[in-house]
Amino acid sequence: MLIMRHELLLIVITVILLIVEIFLPNTQKHKIILPAVLLMAAVTVLGFFPGVPGILFGGMYQSTQLTMMLKNILNIGVLIIFIQSVDWLKQEQNKEKISEFFLLMLSTLIGMNYMISSGDFLMFYIGLELATIPIAALAAYERMKEKSAEAGVKLIFTSALSSGILLYGLSMIYGTTGTMYFADVAPLITGAPLQVLAFIFFFAGMAFKISLVPFHLWTADVYEGAPVNVASYLSVISKGAAVFIFTIILYTVFTKIAVMWSEIIYVITILTITVGNLFAMRQQNLKRFLAFSSIAQAGFILLGIIGQSQLGMTTVIYFALVYIFSNLGAFGVVGIISNRTGKETINDYDGLYRTNPNLSLVMMLSLFSLAGIPPLAGFFGKFFLFTAAAKQGYYILVLIALINTIISLYYYLLVIKAMLLNNSDRPIARFKSDWYTRLGLLMCVAGMVIIGFASSIYEVVYNLSYGLY
Amino acid sequence: MSILTLFIIIPVLTVIGILLCKTHMQVKWVAVVGMSLQLISAIALILLYLAERRAGNMAEILFMQDNVWYQTLNIHFLIGVDGVSVAMIGLTSLVVFAGIFASWDIVDLPREFFTSLILLATGVFGFFICLDLFTMFLFYELAVIPMYLLIGIWGSGPRHYSAMKLTLMLMGGSALILLGIIGIYFNSAPNGGPLTFDLIKISKEHLPINVQLFLFPFLFVGFGVLGAMFPFHTWSPDGHASAPTAVSMLHAGVLMKLGGYGCYRVAVFLLPEAAHQLGWIFLILATIGVIYGALGAVWQKDLKYINAYSSVSHCALVLFAILMFNQTAMNGAIMQMISHGIMTALFFALIGMIYGRTHTRFINEMGGLMKVMPFLAVAYVIAGLASLGLPGFSGFVAEMTIFVGAFQNADVFHRVATIIAASSIVVTAVYVLRVVGVLLLGKIKNEHFETITDAKWFDKISVVTLIFGITLIGVAPLWLSDMITQGLGPIMHKLLAAAPGIIN
Repeated sequence: MLIMRHELLLIVITVILLIVEIFLPNTQKHKIILPAVLLMAAVTVLGFFPGVPGILFGGMYQSTQLTMMLKNILNIGVLIIFIQSVDWLKQEQNKEKISEFFLLMLSTLIGMNYMISSGDFLMFYIGLELATIPIAALAAYERMKEKSAEAGVKLIFTSALSSGILLYGLSMIYGTTGTMYFADVAPLITGAPLQVLAFIFFFAGMAFKISLVPFHLWTADVYEGAPVNVASYLSVISKGAAVFIFTIILYTVFTKIAVMWSEIIYVITILTITVGNLFAMRQQNLKRFLAFSSIAQAGFILLGIIGQSQLGMTTVIYFALVYIFSNLGAFGVVGIISNRTGKETINDYDGLYRTNPNLSLVMMLSLFSLAGIPPLAGFFGKFFLFTAAAKQGYYILVLIALINTIISLYYYLLVIKAMLLNNSDRPIARFKSDWYTRLGLLMCVAGMVIIGFASSIYEVVYNLSYGLY
Repeated sequence: MSILTLFIIIPVLTVIGILLCKTHMQVKWVAVVGMSLQLISAIALILLYLAERRAGNMAEILFMQDNVWYQTLNIHFLIGVDGVSVAMIGLTSLVVFAGIFASWDIVDLPREFFTSLILLATGVFGFFICLDLFTMFLFYELAVIPMYLLIGIWGSGPRHYSAMKLTLMLMGGSALILLGIIGIYFNSAPNGGPLTFDLIKISKEHLPINVQLFLFPFLFVGFGVLGAMFPFHTWSPDGHASAPTAVSMLHAGVLMKLGGYGCYRVAVFLLPEAAHQLGWIFLILATIGVIYGALGAVWQKDLKYINAYSSVSHCALVLFAILMFNQTAMNGAIMQMISHGIMTALFFALIGMIYGRTHTRFINEMGGLMKVMPFLAVAYVIAGLASLGLPGFSGFVAEMTIFVGAFQNADVFHRVATIIAASSIVVTAVYVLRVVGVLLLGKIKNEHFETITDAKWFDKISVVTLIFGITLIGVAPLWLSDMITQGLGPIMHKLLAAAPGIIN
């Protein structure tokens, strides 16, 4: 039982919330917020207690120290998102469906946990679907808004397409190896043409989920239409979980064709970082802006994966952790401002520092962390990713990525310029944010400041990671 | 705990203090107290250093402290100083101290201004005391980024454009440096053993020559961008012209020195053979920079642009001297960094004060300022004379040493380069004397100038501190020169081993 601790805890609190929901009258739905946040916090804390590694269902489900840590990382992210969403959920049009938000999000999180812990492709696929479909409902959460409904439809169609492609790849793997278990498939991967094709389909399916170029086209529209907190969930948790399992599968199953997949990733990395950055430069809407910036960030994560070593996996996980705090900081500020004023473009942020200094500071720190400016954690994350890629001798790739960090710095500075440098006749009025928002943003800032200096976090990740050789 | 940690702790505490302040006045005084403490500890450091040396402690690095930071990557928080870095720390604290007083009349968001300024200073101090490439790079970037806010918010003219250009160009340089550092890291143990970022340990190793040839351009150009190396200097005039006074001072006086120091400390020190083989390319660029900067200054009408181009010329001279690869010229390079740092800070401080009173920076619109503000005018003349290398001031000592050293290289190429570079002294005299003549002497061109006042007490503190620095080095250069010579020992040793032909 303890082996599946993370999933069981989440299932328990989902059921508790469901029961509480039933007994709440329609006018009192907001009372579920506090128990939901507290239960999630409790799960997050409980997740850190040392667990028992082991396998279940004949190897379909495996729990290791590594997967437990990854689940803890996701828990922290979801907890912050819960806290940040409160202000938005209390709005008039959302009052009746507050509990749906928590229930759907928890069920996707359960799916991700199963996905990360999967020991065979079937389990992996079930987890993936469980993690994807409720998000489409969440994206269409503000169903009276045309854009939100559009986002939901777009997300479900692209997910269905990518799942189909992925499944096709998996079927070929089963056809060539006769098994679905990771441990059994790995030695049978020989690089036969059909297996290469299978890998490419698998890769394309995952690339949709991680939104790598050229499979990124849904990202910006969905982020723009979906509620901010759902967009942040998509860009951080959903992407993070997909990156984790993608890395694990590459490092355990497709080890024998590493030469091949590193070539594919090499090209995709350059494309993703460059295209993401070039499009981000031109965005006016901050949600679209963050969408393209998170595409570029995913490209940077690939630099760690291509490292193929223990250092590579460490940097991927470490960067994802840093990225959760930095991106949630930025999304949190965009979210609260969008809730209170409805303003979402960069020009609306002109002169923000003079009216809302604290929010601007959080936004500035988050963007600097995303850009990789010391002493924030983003600097360490990026530096280590470059180190991982350079260790394999990919100096040209690192150089291209470095040039791209300068481009990314340019557009992050555009937002900072609007907030701090520009003056406006009609700036966003001063407002007081509620305690939940403050707590959420404070957690992000604390994460960005502490993770870099506390090298022990890095060491923990390093000790649990493994490489190809 | 080493005395050097003070140089990180004091600025950080000052920043925290500033953030806790309520009024503008408190902010300024906290900044003054913090930076005075910093100046005092810098003086104490110099005295301690000289005492250690006199006591016969000949270790390469003094006041070392080593804390492991990231164990698996072998990143350390390793600090220590030799003669060169002690001198640079002295320069920095002097300029920062003067800079605080020069920005005494900041009205708009003073708390944010002083926070950014001191964060910048923290980066510079950290860069000079660190001996681990990773932490050095961290502080380097920390020093660059507050510049964006400082120029963008408190600047003048096309400040948004200048701030963006400066930041992107400098971060572009730091991207090249990052690649160089990672490359060095993975080749830091050619004979086996753990990889390291430790500058001193790497300097004891012999990096493979092909690796050196690959990495040297990245590191030299990367640091060269901040050192305003031609043709990567274009951020400098725009940046200086738009920056507020104290920021110009710190930037030209201290931040640009990070470039020269990095070229010497990282690029040439760790990759001596590549430096020797590829040095000629950069020597040509540096020589062009020296002349180009000086000629550029002649053409300009805006005081800040004149001084910015003059900085380009003087900083190029630093790189020029480093690439001469001999003891005398290297010594001159460090002296030039210090001398130019103080001198140009004085220039920018005075320009800021003059602009604050006349509201113009165009020399054609000014005249006869000697009559209305004698204190500032005399200070300007002193700065000018130091800039053109008059004996008795620091500029003379530095340039003399550089050209004597450069001329020791007997081959035609180096001789020609030296002669061309030396001719810049004449051009310097042209623009300095022209400005002094038009600006300070002659008739008062604008009746509005009749009513302006001379320097206030805080202006005087700033100016007198800097003039004291210039004359101290000009009159008694030997203690500084000895300190630098000792610090240069290891690098000369490495260069001689790399290329036995060069003259010591």
